[in-house]
Amino acid sequence: MNKQMKSLETNVNADLIIKEAESLVGRFNRRHFLKQFATLGGLSLLTGCSISNNDSVEKLLGQVSRFNDKAQAWLFDPNKLAPTYSEALITRPFPFNAFYSEDKVPQVDATDFLLEVSGRVSNHKSWTLAELQALPQVEQITRHICVEGWSAIGRWQGVPFSEFLKRIGADTSAKYVAFYCVDGYFTSIDMATALHPQTQLTLGFDGQPLPARYGFPLKVRIPTKLGYKNPKHVRAIQITNIYPGGYWENQGYNWFGGS
Amino acid sequence: MSGSLSGISDLEPKSTTKIKSPAIHPVWLRLTHWVNALAVLIMIGSGWRIYNASPLFGFSFPNDITLGGWLGGALDWHFAAMWILVANGLIYLLFNGVSRRFWHKFFPLSPRAVWTDIKAALRGRLSHADARRYNSVQKTAYLFAVLDLVLLVLSGLVLWKSVQFPILAFLLGGYETARYVHFFSMAFLVGFIAIHLLMVLLVPRSLLAMTRGR
Repeated sequence: MNKQMKSLETNVNADLIIKEAESLVGRFNRRHFLKQFATLGGLSLLTGCSISNNDSVEKLLGQVSRFNDKAQAWLFDPNKLAPTYSEALITRPFPFNAFYSEDKVPQVDATDFLLEVSGRVSNHKSWTLAELQALPQVEQITRHICVEGWSAIGRWQGVPFSEFLKRIGADTSAKYVAFYCVDGYFTSIDMATALHPQTQLTLGFDGQPLPARYGFPLKVRIPTKLGYKNPKHVRAIQITNIYPGGYWENQGYNWFGGS
Repeated sequence: MSGSLSGISDLEPKSTTKIKSPAIHPVWLRLTHWVNALAVLIMIGSGWRIYNASPLFGFSFPNDITLGGWLGGALDWHFAAMWILVANGLIYLLFNGVSRRFWHKFFPLSPRAVWTDIKAALRGRLSHADARRYNSVQKTAYLFAVLDLVLLVLSGLVLWKSVQFPILAFLLGGYETARYVHFFSMAFLVGFIAIHLLMVLLVPRSLLAMTRGR
């Protein structure tokens, strides 16, 4: 299993390197193009011709998205709780959603699963599933809001993430918490959200151990953020000051992704 | 230099007298109108693309008439233009309040007057002779557009940050209901725009009034 995960990881790294190289080459060409046709930017705005493909417009939208990260961090109230619901309101069946179809869901072997912890922490030891299950558990019934617009109410059980951060001796003055997943997915959040009382290291769904399709053996449930900031099949957590990005975030989704 | 200036005024003697007559629409109103038009165009175009990611009803908008290229791009456009829409809207309301234009232009407004004007409009007898004064149908339509935009912004705030605006979310019936409120207020705004553009076609002078002020 570990070997399989390793090969998955190297594949993802190779893909990322190729993608980055491609974007660098593309950027150079586009910059050259832009130098010659800089004044056409304003014209294309007026005519509506392929505005979405214009590099300078894309850059501007990216800057506004960074500004929106700050606006959301400013709006975020660490003491404001996401609404909770009664059991009767749980969405059944809870929808499956990932960047792949349901038949590609990774099947993780619980016996040799280890959660790696790295970065700005005092305790670098890896965690077995049994060790995580032995930590104090809480439950929440909250609304999962997808960036696509739909939402669904689910019931999650697990360890308050702030409690886990304490156990690993995390530097809570660090900027980011990054999550890396078995399926190659990755995302990252701000420390304020990581410390929010409803942010949860989730081991169970609706009274059962987390099913594979919802992220077995481990997901991170954050009811103050959109679905793509709620990673499934988490295998490594890193505390860092270096911006880690994310699978969707690197393709253009807003990084903060608050709700 | 002065010779060329006088030459221009010789060529257009009427323009100097026209400048002295006050504009039908003050410059701040024309500016905020067109900034709003652009912001609304971007919001609707990108909003349709966002709708397509998870349609509320059994239809999607043709991707060709949407903005953003994909969901992530559409969200970027939507959450950039929202600042323009809101900032411009606040400036519009502020100027309207301070100048008291809002009360002069839109009130008094009685249901009976609206009904009379609708009947006259349908018979093609509603006068647009004085562009300085709105008839009752115009008053209703423009007030509706303003209130509808306010509702779009409020329901949009709930969709954007339902956790951070719990009272607003409650007032709009929660996240899922706010999606429908947002959709229908968009649909009503599109309806308003369609009628508005038709009226501009019928009374082209109004377009001149909204651009050069006269």
